Amino acid sequence: MNAVRIEASQIENPKIAIRKLDFYYGKFHALHGIDLAIPEKQVTAFIGPSGCGKSTLLRTMNRIYELYPEQRASGEVILDGGNILAPTQDLNLLRAKVGMVFQKPTPFPMSVYENIAFGVRLYERVPRTEMDERVEWALRKAALWDEVKDKQHQGGTRLSGGQQQRLCIARAIAVKPEVLLLDEPASALDPISTLKVEELIAELKKDYTIVIVTHNMQQAARVSDFTAFMYLGDLIEFADTSTLFTNPAKKQTEDYITGRYG
Amino acid sequence: MIKHDGGRYLFRRALNVFNLTMSMAATVFGLFWLGWLLWTLVSHGISSINIELFTADTPPPGAQGGMANAMIGSLMLTAVGVLIGTPVGLMAGTWLAEYGRENRLASVIRFVNDILLSAPSIVIGVFVYGIAVAPFGHFSGWSGGLSLAIIMLPVVLRTTEDMMRLVPDQMREAAAALGAPRWKVTVHIVYRASLAGMLTGVILGIARISGETAPLLFTALNNQFHSTDMSQPMANLPVMIFQFAMSPYEGWQHLAWAAALMITAAILVLSILARLLLRTNSFGK
Repeated sequence: MNAVRIEASQIENPKIAIRKLDFYYGKFHALHGIDLAIPEKQVTAFIGPSGCGKSTLLRTMNRIYELYPEQRASGEVILDGGNILAPTQDLNLLRAKVGMVFQKPTPFPMSVYENIAFGVRLYERVPRTEMDERVEWALRKAALWDEVKDKQHQGGTRLSGGQQQRLCIARAIAVKPEVLLLDEPASALDPISTLKVEELIAELKKDYTIVIVTHNMQQAARVSDFTAFMYLGDLIEFADTSTLFTNPAKKQTEDYITGRYG
Repeated sequence: MIKHDGGRYLFRRALNVFNLTMSMAATVFGLFWLGWLLWTLVSHGISSINIELFTADTPPPGAQGGMANAMIGSLMLTAVGVLIGTPVGLMAGTWLAEYGRENRLASVIRFVNDILLSAPSIVIGVFVYGIAVAPFGHFSGWSGGLSLAIIMLPVVLRTTEDMMRLVPDQMREAAAALGAPRWKVTVHIVYRASLAGMLTGVILGIARISGETAPLLFTALNNQFHSTDMSQPMANLPVMIFQFAMSPYEGWQHLAWAAALMITAAILVLSILARLLLRTNSFGK
C-alpha cells in the first residue's frame, strides 16, 4: 500500500478533540491520558480487545457515565471548541448534540411513533402534523420507514431486533444531533440486520460525525474512515483505517489485527 | 446409537419417578388444607348469603340483620390505608430503585423495610394504639386506617423497587442519552415499563390489609351501628368476624361465616386480578 498515512495531528478542525483524558471506575484507572481527534462527518472506529476502554472512551463524549456516581473523568473532551467535561456544561444540551445508540436495542415501552416523538418533545414543542413529518423523516433516514410505516402505532418492542436497533438510530437522529455515538450497534444483530446497519452508517456520515465502537475488526474496516486501536486503557495507535489495517506502525496493533491476541 | 449401562439408567428413571411422586404428594398435601378451608367456608357461609347482608346493619343478638355497616367500614378503612400506604411506598420504592441503589442509607432502609414486612400485625396495632388512640382517649377509624397503611407500606415499597429494578439500566441510559432529565427518565420510561408490576404490588397490598384483624382490634375496634365518622370507632368485617364467631348466638355465628366467605372471595378476586396484570406486563419479552 502506498496510500498516505494520516495521523491524528493532521486532522484539521476536529469535531471532537480529546486531551489527556483519564477515566476512573471508583479506584480503577480505566483510561490513561488519551489524546485523540475525531474528524467531522467521518466515521471513526474504536477497536481493541474486551476491557480495553473503547466503550468507556465513547461514554465520555456524552457524559453518560455520570449516571453512575462512582465513575469520573478528568482531562478535556473538546466539542466544537468547548470542553464538555466542564462542570458548567449543560448535560441535556450536550446530549441533544451528541446522540447515542447502544449495543442492545432499547426501544422504550411505547409505540414506534412515541419512541421517536419522546426525544423530540424534550427540546421542541412540535404540532402534530409537523411531528408526523419529523417521525417519518427520522424513520426514512434510519432506513426503517418502508418496514414500519403501517406499524407506527404498535409497540416498539414488537419489532424484530434489527428493526429495533434502527428504531433506536431513528430516535437518536430525530433530535437532530451533530455527532452519533454507536456502542457496538450491530453486535446483538443477525448478519442481514448488521449489513443494513452498516449501510446506514455509510449513508449517515454525510450529515453526522460518527464514532463507533466495535469488537469486529472487519466491521471497523468496512465502515470507518479512521480507526483507533486501544489496549488496556491506552490508545496504542490512531490512523486512517486503510493504513491502520494494512500498514500499522505499532507491533501491538499488528498483533491484534492479525489475530495474535484479543 | 448411544449404548447405555442398563442398571444405571434404570436407577435414574426410578429416582425421577420417586422424586416426581414426592413433589406431587407435597403439592396435594398443601392443596388439601386449602381445599378443606374453602369448602368449610363455602358450606357454612353460602346459606347465610342474602341481600340483607348488604342492606342491613349488624343486628343485636337474636335479631335478623346484615353487615352493611361493617362492609362500608372495611372499605373506608382500607381506602385510608391505601391512600396513605401507596404514595409513600411508591415514592420510597422509587428512591431505592433510582437513586439509593447500593448506598448505605438504601441498605438500611431496605433492611428496616424487611423487618416491617414481617412484623407481627398485632405489634403494629399496639404501636398505633399508643400514638393515635391513647392520646385521644378513644378508638377511631383514622387510627385503623393508619395501622393498615403501615402494614401495606412495606409490601408496596418492596414490589415497587423490585419491579423498577427489573427495568434494565440500558433503558435508563438510552433515555438519558437523548437528553431526558432524570425525573423524566423515571416517570416516562421506568414507570411505564414497570407499571403493571407496580399495580400488582398495590393490589397485593390491598389483599393483605383487607383481612387484617389484630391491628384493627386496637384501633378502629368495632361499631354496632352505622357510622362513617372516621374519628369514631368503626365497624369492619375482620373484627366483626372475631366478635360474632366467638359469640354464643347462632344468628351472629352465621353472619361471621358469611363475612368470612365474603372477605375470602374479595381477596381471591384481588389476587387473580394481580396475576392477570402481571401476565399482561408488556415490558421485556
